Amino acid sequence: MSQLDSEQDVAGVIGRPLDRVDGPLKVTGRARYATERRDGGARPAVGWIVEAAIGHGRIARIDAGRAERAPGVLLVLTHENAAEQTPYGLPEDAGRFTQSRAVLQGNEIRHFGQAVALVVAETLEQARAAAALVEVDYDAESGRYEASPEDEGEIPDSLDGGGQPDLGKGDFDAVLRSAEVSLDQRYTTADQIASAMEPHATEASWRDGKLTLHMSLQILASGKQAIAQTLGIEPERVRILSPFIGGGFGSKLGVHADGVLAALAARELDRPVKVVQHRRNLFFSGPHRGHSSQRIRLGADAEGRLLAIGHDSLQPMARRYQFAEPVASATRASYACDALLTRHRVVPVDRPPIDSMRAPGEAIGTPTFEAAIDEMAEQLGLDPLEFRLRNAPQREPGGGRPFSSRDLERCLKEGAERFGWHERPVRPRSRNDGRWLIGYGMASAVRPNLLMEASARARLGGNGQVVCELDMTDLGTGSYTVLTQIAAETLGVEPQRVTVELGDSDLPQTSGSGGSFGAGTSGSALYRACLALKEELARIACEHADSPLNGCVPDALELAGGRLSGRRADGTAAEAGLDAIAALGGPDGVSAEGSIEAGQDHEDFAQYSYGAQFVELGVDPASGEIRLRRCLGVFSAGRILNAKTARSQLMGGMIYGIGGALFEEAMMDSRRGAFMNRDLAEYHLPVNRDVPDLEVVMLEEPDYRSNPLGSRGIGELGICGIGGAIANAVHNASGVRVRDFPITLDKVLKGLETRV
Amino acid sequence: MRAFTYERAEAAEAAAGRAADPSASFIAGGTNLVDLMKLQVLSPSHLVDVSRLPLDRIEATEEGGLRIGALVTNSALANDERIKATWPLLSRALLSGATAQLRNKATTGGNLLQRTRCYYFYDTTSPCNKREPGSGCGALEGFNRIHAILGASEHCIATHPSDMAVAMVALGAEAETLRPDGRRRRVAVEALHRLPGERPELETVLEPGELIEAVVLPPPPKGRQLYRKVRDRSSYAFALVSVAVALEVEGNAVSSLRLALGGVAHKPWRASRAEAALLGQPATRDSFRAAAEAELAEAVGHGGNDFKLPLARRVIAATLADAAGLTPEAEEGEPV
Ligand SMILES: Cc1cc2nc3c(=O)[nH]c(=O)nc-3n(C[C@H](O)[C@H](O)[C@H](O)COP(=O)(O)OP(=O)(O)OC[C@H]3O[C@@H](n4cnc5c(N)ncnc54)[C@H](O)[C@@H]3O)c2cc1C
Ligand code: SF4
Repeated sequence: MSQLDSEQDVAGVIGRPLDRVDGPLKVTGRARYATERRDGGARPAVGWIVEAAIGHGRIARIDAGRAERAPGVLLVLTHENAAEQTPYGLPEDAGRFTQSRAVLQGNEIRHFGQAVALVVAETLEQARAAAALVEVDYDAESGRYEASPEDEGEIPDSLDGGGQPDLGKGDFDAVLRSAEVSLDQRYTTADQIASAMEPHATEASWRDGKLTLHMSLQILASGKQAIAQTLGIEPERVRILSPFIGGGFGSKLGVHADGVLAALAARELDRPVKVVQHRRNLFFSGPHRGHSSQRIRLGADAEGRLLAIGHDSLQPMARRYQFAEPVASATRASYACDALLTRHRVVPVDRPPIDSMRAPGEAIGTPTFEAAIDEMAEQLGLDPLEFRLRNAPQREPGGGRPFSSRDLERCLKEGAERFGWHERPVRPRSRNDGRWLIGYGMASAVRPNLLMEASARARLGGNGQVVCELDMTDLGTGSYTVLTQIAAETLGVEPQRVTVELGDSDLPQTSGSGGSFGAGTSGSALYRACLALKEELARIACEHADSPLNGCVPDALELAGGRLSGRRADGTAAEAGLDAIAALGGPDGVSAEGSIEAGQDHEDFAQYSYGAQFVELGVDPASGEIRLRRCLGVFSAGRILNAKTARSQLMGGMIYGIGGALFEEAMMDSRRGAFMNRDLAEYHLPVNRDVPDLEVVMLEEPDYRSNPLGSRGIGELGICGIGGAIANAVHNASGVRVRDFPITLDKVLKGLETRV
Repeated sequence: MRAFTYERAEAAEAAAGRAADPSASFIAGGTNLVDLMKLQVLSPSHLVDVSRLPLDRIEATEEGGLRIGALVTNSALANDERIKATWPLLSRALLSGATAQLRNKATTGGNLLQRTRCYYFYDTTSPCNKREPGSGCGALEGFNRIHAILGASEHCIATHPSDMAVAMVALGAEAETLRPDGRRRRVAVEALHRLPGERPELETVLEPGELIEAVVLPPPPKGRQLYRKVRDRSSYAFALVSVAVALEVEGNAVSSLRLALGGVAHKPWRASRAEAALLGQPATRDSFRAAAEAELAEAVGHGGNDFKLPLARRVIAATLADAAGLTPEAEEGEPV
């Protein structure tokens, strides 16, 4: 198939800024989200979650009598009548995405806001009104809700993404002591919550002992396992549909209370039931990102060569929910050093699940680390750009492996050039524009590149239409579009002839969306499925008695414009449309499967995506308010699969990073373990006016060690580092170093006040 | 949300009568009330919808001011040419509040009477003297970043969140109201809201069923008007501290000043001490700073909002300096 492989056909589809193929469905409201089905089935009853009003303890008494008698109420589930499930968190050795997520079992309260009842009624209003009639008395116990910097913490079993909790090299203490210039600082980051536009939501229905869940979920295969595990039924009896998702940011990697509650109630009522977590529920019945306390130690020689890099992280971990964020993951790969010490510790707390949130690890570990690098450059009297360039490693500083590609320095240089870094105010607080103090800041972005397991099926029908099937999801990121492009280019057909079916757990299994591995992983599986399909088509073309190409050699066929051509043994030319060949394969056409998993290249090479972030901002000297003026991100993430969706991902990432740096903070009242700012009026995300001109530059450089497509992860890359660039720019503008994120005006003000 | 009955009022007199029962409530734009009802922070048993009453006009008064109907939306008011030209402070304050969508629904009367954004007031599992008298104050030793530094009591440290009301106080506006018994009165906006004292659940001097029909603006104060709002993001956030000022300088001295603060108290705060301290004084940074300090002499923080003391001091002084036309400090290169 050498010539077929050479992709001279509809080449160049991959990478094109193709508009979203699902765009029209979305803007016309025809893309149905989890609880928006209008398929004519029975009207679902509506469930409303009653939340625990204590952070830790037991239910002493629960009385649902009044609620049950309220108008429209069909069912009130409590721990007293809910069906028995596999105990929460079991089996212990299963991952957190396949463990039981049991609800309403026993009277124990693990965390504030935990579901203590589900009220199901004909309408949302009836369920909500009746929910207030459920009487619950508690025996409250004192709980532990926060990790304080003084805690020693425990060593977690592993880190999210698979890294080791502790990783280092060399005699860190000795090297640090010997360093001519050193730094030892503590940084903190706040509790955060993804709170996607579409909340966690499920509609459940049972038929003949089989459960169908329309659910907003990022990974279907493990979700199906979790539901089956929880309910104690075979996975084959569970089907999850999640064709459209209104954002997840990690919070929908796993199944949460809405899914299990809906399934239980639907079985009880023998009727579809939907449960939508409302905005305030999400803070407790969805996962959040835990706060962190990070100690960063750096040592360098007088020339600015880094000798020692230390990064310790301490975070809370929800009891019976093993999860630790790889806070120092980028630290392990950013700069060369003689001695490295990175350690992660967790403190078990009585909180709702703490889990992955967009760019777990780097989102909170790169702002701090890159701020420390800036402080170090200042101490050394070096341009922070130059300091970073001077310390480019030849090999992965942590693991010692060679890099599959190392593009950070190119990003830094290109970014500095485009941004005009040389025009920066060198001295802090030395430039102003009217009342605003102006500062520049920069940082590196480093994010591990992952390849997971996936399979996919591609089918060409006799009508010439290509159908691609896999249980991948599209969070709004562009999966449908990118996969369309991959199939179109590989099969040499126009994108209009490709239909991509996603979000159905009955389809070939992938690893779903998460960890920025989605496009690369699912895309590679589909790419291979399409190659296999081409091969199969070529075989049929040459072997089938009714084929015009019968007698040709498969390897010598050419594919162009949806047509196959070749020569028979007697030298006569022959050709046929792909559709005609597909029709020969049978009534459904021809189909083939392909799969992918990480191979030796992911063992042998350290794989990362890179970027450089540059920020200009103003600080108001009276109030400490910060206003971004422009941001530039230059990124290297291998081959770009769709210039438009990639840019959107990077831009979205940068905005997410702005949120983490300046605004986002879920306020937990540690007296009760309750988050207090449980709405988007008081949990602040950036609004349009907070986001200045964002320039995104992508340096293309295919990396075939990453995957057969040559792409690397892009989804979370834009977040990395930008918080550090902002912190550094705040210092450059105002002379104030804020080491506690988010950098709110009160913290800047404190520094301004103490200035003489 | 609990079940409630609803009626649409056709005339102001009838509306006031119908809402006299303390368990009844007016509803106008609904942007505040409906949210609170959904959370069962408020559970009125009867709603009197006043949104169709003919109170949506802005008319000139004989004195040279404007009478603003209680149902004029925040958007309409902010964009009124007369307001923009003559009372720009009010327009700025309105536009700094909420979002365009909310302002399109929000009304002048509803804006004045919107409730606090205290997190504990919103969370029905928390103690809150305002929501449930006698239950305690969750914010006092909890999160109080957005809470009051002036005029608070041990029973409540909440703030009034309105921007518009702060501008109205600076501009000397009065509310025209209609009581259930049919009598009308005028209440200065400055005297409309109460300090929490021992009864934080009582937020205004209005009686149950007393309808705001209009807000009357007197002729504009002398001098330059500014509204400066400091908040946690650049838009769509409530004020941490806001400053409404109308300042006139003659020669080098302050000849006229009206100053009000938002985000610092249970009511829009008229900064009378600062006003008194500055009248006749030279319009310099030093005197502005001293005036701010005078106003804040009795201010206290509660932990999370301690920063509001320096913030208010600095922003009052900076806004006065802006109004007086002094060059920005950053340009003078002096430490602030
Ligand atoms: C997310 C969000 C952000 C916001 N941000 C800001 C901000 O930054 N700054 C700001 O100032 N505001 C802000 N607001 C508040 C907004 O301004 C108020 O919700 C709005 O002004 C209320 O007006 P309404 O007509 O909708 O009032 P409603 O919700 O209808 O009523 C509010 C109260 O006023 C009473 N009432 C209404 N009209 C009358 C009348 N004529 N006479 C007597 N009583 C009456 C009602 O009974 C009720 O108690 C925000 C609101 C939201 C939801
Ligand atoms: S500050 Fe006032 S509103 Fe807030 S909890 Fe205390 S009493 Fe309630």
